[in-house]
Amino acid sequence: MSSLLEVSGVSVTFDGFRAINNLSFAIGAAELRAVIGPNGAGKTTFMDIVTGKTRPDEGTVTFGEMPRSLLKMSEAQIARAGIGRKFQRPTVFEDQTVSENLMLALKAHRAPWRVLFWRETQAHRDRVQALADQVGLEDHLPRKAGELSHGQKQWLEIAMLLAQEPRLLLVDEPAAGMSFIEREQTTALLVELAKTRAVVVVEHDMDFIRRLNCRVTVLHEGSVLAEGSLDHVTKNPQVIEVYLGR
Amino acid sequence: MSRSFIARNPSILWFLASLAVFTLVITVLSEGFGIGLIPTAFVKTLGKTLCLCLVAVAMDLIWGYTGILSLGHMAFFAVGGYMTGMWLMYARTEEIVVQALASGPIPATPEEVAQGVTTQIFGVVGGSDLPAIWSFAHSAWLQLPLVLIVPGLLALVFGWLAFRARVNGVYLSILTQAMTLALALYLFQNDSGLRGNNGLSGLQNLPGLGHVSQATTSILFFLASAMLLALGYVLAAFVISGKFGSALRGIRDDEQRLRFLGYPVEGYKLFIFTLTAMIAAIAGAFYYPQAGIINPAELAPIASIYLAVWVAIGGRGRLYGAVIGAAFVSLLSSWFTGGMAPSIPLGFYTIHWVDWWTVLLGLSFVAVTLFAPKGIGGLFDRLAHIATPARHGAALGPNDGALQEKEAQE
Repeated sequence: MSSLLEVSGVSVTFDGFRAINNLSFAIGAAELRAVIGPNGAGKTTFMDIVTGKTRPDEGTVTFGEMPRSLLKMSEAQIARAGIGRKFQRPTVFEDQTVSENLMLALKAHRAPWRVLFWRETQAHRDRVQALADQVGLEDHLPRKAGELSHGQKQWLEIAMLLAQEPRLLLVDEPAAGMSFIEREQTTALLVELAKTRAVVVVEHDMDFIRRLNCRVTVLHEGSVLAEGSLDHVTKNPQVIEVYLGR
Repeated sequence: MSRSFIARNPSILWFLASLAVFTLVITVLSEGFGIGLIPTAFVKTLGKTLCLCLVAVAMDLIWGYTGILSLGHMAFFAVGGYMTGMWLMYARTEEIVVQALASGPIPATPEEVAQGVTTQIFGVVGGSDLPAIWSFAHSAWLQLPLVLIVPGLLALVFGWLAFRARVNGVYLSILTQAMTLALALYLFQNDSGLRGNNGLSGLQNLPGLGHVSQATTSILFFLASAMLLALGYVLAAFVISGKFGSALRGIRDDEQRLRFLGYPVEGYKLFIFTLTAMIAAIAGAFYYPQAGIINPAELAPIASIYLAVWVAIGGRGRLYGAVIGAAFVSLLSSWFTGGMAPSIPLGFYTIHWVDWWTVLLGLSFVAVTLFAPKGIGGLFDRLAHIATPARHGAALGPNDGALQEKEAQE
């Protein structure tokens, strides 16, 4: 299986501190992957590099069947190319309704002129309704996003990502701050999504990863320490030493 | 759900109706067209106020909706004024020069007329050549489009440099302020070609309309300003409705999120910055013929700060709030500073409002920020029962079983 995203030999240094050190990573077109690692292992920096927020000092990042380098593209271009990113804390537009949030995220032309003359149609409303159904927010469309509970905001953000129809989803600690039931639902949602696209989940919580039941990549000091099933990596003595043993 | 533009924005109808009633009442009471209850000077003040309301609408678009606190929009306003001023002054001076030369034994050649105009306009700064920037001033068709082109280009270039470098927040405010100050200092120079600190004057005289009284012209300008404000308001309401407005508010609230949704945030900022600069310039182009004079002091950074204060007091993020704020504060300010407000004798000290007005303005700005952050416009929200989500603090974790906020911050 050819890979959708391929990161190879990437290094990045912040003020002399090597946050990412010769990191290589690849994920297929329909795959679920968990990325774990202690604080400072470079998980967030890795996401920043893929989404264009941080430029690496060396290495290549390519995306798609006809591999295209992401290094020359802006964040917005990368997002339009099909990479969606969910932040750690829920970031939705709190002053706007759930429905406005989703409309804004729907896949469409993004240039100012096109957006200025864009008009809402029944098809758009149906799509927004379907997305809301998918994450269980169907009863909350007219509410302001700021009124939602924390878990609902997380789901709204996931729905906004789905609205962009991305081919790769980068999800940063989706279960943080969720109740037990909400976590169950989130796990099911992520597993379902990974059937049709690539999903990378950055997570701390071992229980959550165990439920995802997928390949795990362990990062440490900016490079890959181990990769494989959760059972495989948890048996790795190095992993135990740097991460699990503490 | 698919309702018309007006139905989705009921404030437009209310606003246009109030504006229409207001203009009608003023016209009927004016000297020019009505029963003469309102003096011409006050009609001019009201006409100017309408222009200020328009620039406040532009400020609300860029600050209230997009969250970019520009402290340079009064510079675009003044540049718009300079652009019309150049034509008005040239044409008016030309009329005078032609009249003066007509008494001569032989008819004046166009070169003589042009030279006469130049001496008239630039004698005061010791110039005898027409500066290159006045090349178009002889023709309204060439000069008036510059009202939009010059501020538009200025905003485009400035905005491109600033937004591309991702200058944000208070740094951008300082940068716009610096631009304003630089422009003002440049115009203060006599060799800037715009008569230095003398500025342009006699702008209240419209060329070819010398026989029409100021009472009539003032009402014509008042009506034109009202029409312009109505158009500007509807345009702004169109821009902020729908997905574009959603994106603008997205930039204000979380620019990064919007960027990761695929929106070219810089392009949006540049678009709205340039658009509002052009709206401000048109407002200026109608303001200064009513004021009669323009000089570089009009570009002083304080003018743009006042603009921000008006919008804050009126209510950011509401177009009618901006209009109310600009009208209310600027009229109040001309009442206080015009020496019309009665002084308050305290026995040991007398409060003269001319001196104390700015203190009062400052205090009310602080009071609005603290006690009514939505400004005067927010009062309408209370009437209409529009609530804002008030979910603050530790929003993470709906119950104890959830991971706590501490963890989500890591």
